[in-house]
Amino acid sequence: MRLAILTSRIRVEEKLLIDALRQRAIAFDIVDDGELLFDLSNPDERWREYDAVLCRSLSQSRGLAVLNILEHWGIHVYNPAAVTALCNDKLLTTLALLRAGIPTPHTLLAFDSQVAIRGMEMLSYPVVLKPTTGSWGRLVARINDRDAAEAVLEHRETLGSYQQHIHYIQEHIAKPQRDIRAFVVGERTICAIYRTSEHWVTNTARGAVASNCPVTPELDSLCVRTAQAVGGGILAIDVLEDAQRGLLVNEINATMEFRNSIAPTGVDIPSVMLDYVLSAMKEEAVR
Amino acid sequence: MTHCPECEAEITVRDLLVGEITYCPDCNAELEVLRLEPPSVALAPQIEEDWGE
Repeated sequence: MRLAILTSRIRVEEKLLIDALRQRAIAFDIVDDGELLFDLSNPDERWREYDAVLCRSLSQSRGLAVLNILEHWGIHVYNPAAVTALCNDKLLTTLALLRAGIPTPHTLLAFDSQVAIRGMEMLSYPVVLKPTTGSWGRLVARINDRDAAEAVLEHRETLGSYQQHIHYIQEHIAKPQRDIRAFVVGERTICAIYRTSEHWVTNTARGAVASNCPVTPELDSLCVRTAQAVGGGILAIDVLEDAQRGLLVNEINATMEFRNSIAPTGVDIPSVMLDYVLSAMKEEAVR
Repeated sequence: MTHCPECEAEITVRDLLVGEITYCPDCNAELEVLRLEPPSVALAPQIEEDWGE
C-alpha cells in the first residue's frame, strides 16, 4: 500500500499526517504541486504506484486541478474533485445546502454594486459580504450601513479581480462571540470545537481560541447530512448558532486544518483521517 | 547550513522537511526550505488569493 500526499507547503497538519503514516509503517511520497507537469492525453504511470492520493494543497485551485486530472486517469483521490469543487466555492456550497434542506444563513448574489446594495437593504444591515472563493476569513466584510457598503463595493470593483465582482451577500448572524467547527470523517462527526473571539470573524487563522464543543446528536446529524449534501469525505464544517433558528451551516472546508483542534477535543484527527483513507483503499482493493 | 537570502545569516535546516517554513533567526524573514542536501532556502511566497482550507 502506498499513498501520495499532495502539498504546496508542509504545515503542521502535513507533519502530523506524515508522523501518523510513519507510525503505521505505510509507504508514502510527498508530492509538491509546484513541481507537477501533466500531459493530459498521456496518463503518467507513476501515479498508478499510489493506491490513493490525499490532497493537502494549500492552493485550492492547484489542488482541484490535480484532483480532476487524477480522477480522470482513474486514480483514487481524497477528497473527490466534485466534493472539493463544491466546498471551494461558497455559491456552490450554498446551493448544495439548499438542495439538501440544510439550514444556512439567508444569502443573496449580485454582480452590479447598485443591485448588491439593494440586496443588502433587503436583508437589512448589518450584512456580510464575502468573495465566493477564498479562506481564512480573507476579504470577508461585515457591512453595517450604506456608506460602508458603497465604499467596500467600490474598492472591490476597482481593485479586485473579476472574482471580487461577484457579490455573495449573507445575512449577519448575531452569534455568541463564537462559532462551531465540526470535523466529519465518512459517516461520523469525530469532534468539534468552539472558535471564540472578541472579533466577529471567528477563524482560528484570525486568532480565535479553540475549545472543545460536545458533539450532540443534533450537531452530529446536521454535520453528517451536510457532508452528504456535498458528496462526503473528510470535511470541516463551520456552524453558526442562531438564537431563533438554532444551528446554521455556514461553510464547508475540503482541505481542513486541524492543528488547533486536537488538544481541546482529545481526538487524534490525522489518525482518524488516515484510518478512513486506508479503510476505503482496502475496500477498493477487494472490489 | 545555508544563508538567509534577505540578510545572509546562517540558516540550518536540520529537523525540517522540504516545503516547510522556517524563520531567519536574525531578520525574522519567512523562509521556505527548498532542499535539504545541499541545504537551500528561499523567501517564502506571500499568501496567494486561492490559499486556504
